[in-house]
Amino acid sequence: MIEIDRVSKSYGGRHVVDEVSLAIPEGMFCVLLGPSGSGKSTLLRMINRLVPLDGGTIRVGGEDVRRVPPEVLRRRIGYAIQSVGLFPHWRVGDNIATVPRLLRWPRRRVSERVTELLELLRLDPADYRGKYPHQLSGGEQQRVGVARALAADPDVLLMDEPFAAVDPVTRAALQAELLRIQQATGKTIVFVTHDIEEALRLAGGIAILEHGRLAQWGTPLAILEQPASAFVGEFVGGAASGLRVMALRTVADRLRPNETAAGEPLLDEASLRDALAAMIARHADRLPVIDRAGRPLGAITLADLVR
Amino acid sequence: MRRWPRALASPLLWVAALFIALLFGMPALAPLFRLAFPTVRPVIFDRASFFSLFLSHLGIVAAASGAAAAIAVALAVFATRPGGRDFRPLVTALTTVGQTFPPAAVLALAVPALGFGARPTLVALFLYGLLPIVENAIAGLEGVPPAVRNAALGMGLSSWQLLAAVELPLAAPAILAGVRVSTTIAIGTATIGSTIGALTFGTPIFDGLAGNNLPYVIEGASLVALFAILTDMIFARLERLLAPPH
Repeated sequence: MIEIDRVSKSYGGRHVVDEVSLAIPEGMFCVLLGPSGSGKSTLLRMINRLVPLDGGTIRVGGEDVRRVPPEVLRRRIGYAIQSVGLFPHWRVGDNIATVPRLLRWPRRRVSERVTELLELLRLDPADYRGKYPHQLSGGEQQRVGVARALAADPDVLLMDEPFAAVDPVTRAALQAELLRIQQATGKTIVFVTHDIEEALRLAGGIAILEHGRLAQWGTPLAILEQPASAFVGEFVGGAASGLRVMALRTVADRLRPNETAAGEPLLDEASLRDALAAMIARHADRLPVIDRAGRPLGAITLADLVR
Repeated sequence: MRRWPRALASPLLWVAALFIALLFGMPALAPLFRLAFPTVRPVIFDRASFFSLFLSHLGIVAAASGAAAAIAVALAVFATRPGGRDFRPLVTALTTVGQTFPPAAVLALAVPALGFGARPTLVALFLYGLLPIVENAIAGLEGVPPAVRNAALGMGLSSWQLLAAVELPLAAPAILAGVRVSTTIAIGTATIGSTIGALTFGTPIFDGLAGNNLPYVIEGASLVALFAILTDMIFARLERLLAPPH
């Protein structure tokens, strides 16, 4: 869906993005992860041509982005940023309607779409439509920012650290909303962050960037369990990455089939971290496992968690 | 107690009423002037009606300030575009030169080229009025938050749409503040155009100074002062209308 092929960018002789290749399948939640200055934001902005390419090609939906006029390209791709950038002189409804109006949608359709999006982001349309951005909290502004990015129903959504400036509780809520929306709509999302926890919570695929180079590209588990370099290992948490693995792996991965155990059973889709918590709470080192339908599947032991 | 209608509490209304009363009713004050200046005759300026002086004064200021505003905003837009950013120091330097030239000197220089009357006055006021508008417009355009510009471009606004729909509306209060300062100054400065034959409220002032007729000077000066104050108040109203929502 998005093919990034040996893409480079340098400013004054310094390589900010260096021969990066990445194929993001349709419908994937892809996170570009890296420390500041790793080029992740530049790479994102090259997809909608806010940053011109020095070398290589980027294709979105099979089409070379350089063959499409930039305004046309950008109206097809949703874009949300950390500081939101809502137009302060426009009401929430007008802000969300920006791209549909640029695309000259009929008035009624624009209005219906705004209502739909406000509902999708759990903002009461009657209440929020007529407000000005400065009347909203940071989290509400970010919701409007996401709604605005989704307005023309783009297949691809680019998000540049959209939740970095909101408090942790609001951030967790926004992450959950975004996952829900992504699962419901099947959009391809490219999401930039420097926060490993955020990346693990959201990503289907993580691309780790170091000094403009692609250090590793894989699923969250692959990156945690087989870091491709010392840098990646360090970045995903060093020794603590084991705890992160436990949050991603499920009981089903470590199950002893057909064995039995006493006590209150665990669900097979629970994470290993939940299993450990349950063992600690119940003072047990061995628990039975069942599936959602309640059928017994086997057992899991404390030693299995770290196997 | 009966409350006053809100409009009556507005100083704008009172200044406007006083200005109109003096504009048309100055001759009614003749007895007062005669009493105060027993040796001066006549006491009411009569070479032209005050209303015709006002129309001419208003026309000169409106034309000069209108042109200054249009050119200044165009210069500011140019100086804040990616392609024109290098010219920004030049633009401010040129407009600063326009401001440092005393209008009297511009008049003296312009008369040989443009003759006597309103035209050299227009040129002087135009040059003199550019700087405050250019400075304010550049500040206003540069004050647009980078995130807003970034988001606008990222959503696919063209640079013209960005300018027309986002940058100019957000800069409008700053631009208007510049036009307000420029115009108010122009109203006062326009009076010196009367030394080279332009009809303004300066005409009775300079006639009075030349003929040792203090009532003429008072008549012209009070009208021009009220005119400037009134204009300033009208702009203040406009600024409040244009101010960002709060």
